[in-house]
Amino acid sequence: MSMQLEDPRVVEFDVRTDEMLVNMGPQHPSTHGVLRLLLRTDGEIVHEVTPHIGYLHRCAEKIGENLSPPQWIPYTDRMDYLAGMNMNLGFSLAVEKLIGMEVPEKAQVLRVMIAELNRIASHLVGMGAYGLDLGSFSPFLYAFREREIILDLFEEVCGARLTYSYITIGGATHDLPTQIPIPPGLAALTGRPMDQKLSWIDACRVFLDWLEMRIPEYHTLLTTNQIFIKRTSRLGVLSREMAIDHGCSGPVLRGSGVDYDLRRDGEPIYTRMYEGYKYNIPVAPFAVAPPEVVVGDNWCRFFVRMREVSESIGLVRQAMDRYPKAEGTYRVPYKHATKLPRGEAYLETECPKGQMGFYIVGNETNAPLRARAKSSSFCNLSVTAKLCEGCLIGDIPAIVGSLDIVMGEIDR
Amino acid sequence: MTPAEIHQHLIARFGDRITGVKLDVLDPWVEVAPVALLEVAGHLRHDPALAFDLLTNLTGVDYCEPDPKKAAKFGHEPHLEVVYHLFSFPHRHHVVLKVKLPRWHDDQPGQLPRLDSVSGIWAIADWHEREAYDLLGIDFTGHPNLRRILCAEDWVGHPLRKDYEFPLEYHGIRGR
Repeated sequence: MSMQLEDPRVVEFDVRTDEMLVNMGPQHPSTHGVLRLLLRTDGEIVHEVTPHIGYLHRCAEKIGENLSPPQWIPYTDRMDYLAGMNMNLGFSLAVEKLIGMEVPEKAQVLRVMIAELNRIASHLVGMGAYGLDLGSFSPFLYAFREREIILDLFEEVCGARLTYSYITIGGATHDLPTQIPIPPGLAALTGRPMDQKLSWIDACRVFLDWLEMRIPEYHTLLTTNQIFIKRTSRLGVLSREMAIDHGCSGPVLRGSGVDYDLRRDGEPIYTRMYEGYKYNIPVAPFAVAPPEVVVGDNWCRFFVRMREVSESIGLVRQAMDRYPKAEGTYRVPYKHATKLPRGEAYLETECPKGQMGFYIVGNETNAPLRARAKSSSFCNLSVTAKLCEGCLIGDIPAIVGSLDIVMGEIDR
Repeated sequence: MTPAEIHQHLIARFGDRITGVKLDVLDPWVEVAPVALLEVAGHLRHDPALAFDLLTNLTGVDYCEPDPKKAAKFGHEPHLEVVYHLFSFPHRHHVVLKVKLPRWHDDQPGQLPRLDSVSGIWAIADWHEREAYDLLGIDFTGHPNLRRILCAEDWVGHPLRKDYEFPLEYHGIRGR
């Protein structure tokens, strides 16, 4: 005898006993924040994944229409909260493009240094949290130990550890400090006296020298670890065409074999910051990849991030060498009452998670008519439904984790 | 191709359905009549000389000043604009596509303006159009799944409209 039930999901439970709807999130630890995935499963096999987002929506774009650009900078911090500096930079450059502002050389070098240091911090979290998703705990502790020192360095620079609002329109809010106490973590790790005082740049140099030596260790822990390779290779394979169709960017795009990085291929206002720096853009396929790996799988995306950490270390070093000789000041003043010209500017920058775009429409008032933040994680997340089709439930954290999303940026 | 060449190419093919152009701005844009959007977008995507395979951004702007005191200085007729930022990987060129829509369909407040969905041309448009529908109230016809994406499903109104009023309460939570 059949029963009449109002909720169609109950009928699914009742009749088609082999299919089940499973809610993953929004409080699931391996969904990296408040992401909710609705899975239609047949035993362990996932037939359909529907991402539900919006749990962290804070109306940032609406708020931006009522604030002058420097006032909106703290809101950009809270988008990708693991890379606040890069968000500040992307928005500042978009406003500078709109008003036609020139930033002095010193401010540009400072921006490169800070943005690349934040890229390292963001990728360290990406690496550590990904290990955690796959059940390996120690890389997470190492990653956070290293990131802690970067946060200490940022704290000396601007007073904040996560939401910096440091890079602002016209440059940065402060110059680098000439003398700081050595970050306690760094002193303990390098065996230096706790009460040592040194310049910010020297402290950063000590840290990078120490970090660079640790990188082979992470590769041993994850990249070349057989368990890790088995959990990541040939899984979540994202083809080049699908990546472009879904607007993927950053390490996700480069992991699929597209050689595109805005630091080199972007608009002049952004690329001129990186002129004269020597760095490589890691793109799949990799010669060092284990034989199981195919282009566009989880392993490739992870490895692009790992290689970018090394490249960013080189970039920060080169910027530190340039900094003492750089001309100009660290900041050109910008007044809150400055009227944004009638017109619009769209600018994308290469953030750790991908290409973050800001679209500003001015209309002869100090607040923009429209402040739009195009999130890279938003686009990267949109492929999950296709990537997870037909995989096992246990592989979903491995696939979603490899996209390295931040919900603050997706929901804005 | 430069934006001027892209514009010439489109004019040659679509004639007066390309309704406007502005080349002396930061991001040069081409304006397309709403009825021709699907055809023009498909051409931009698939023509080998253009090959705009990446939709970097899709969003809308509400040109409207609800405050009558400021309306004189506003400088725009009230309308909605849907903006498409396109990039081509094979040719490494950019173009911005714009479509002008009335703020309300048939000037009936509450009736959402309609526009063809480009989600069949660029897969990412699916989510971007859902966001534009959610926040700006544009009805993308032909969209496979036009539901709210950031706001709650039972939310009333479209918050990025300039005349949007924040609700007094939502499920017992005080608003204003």
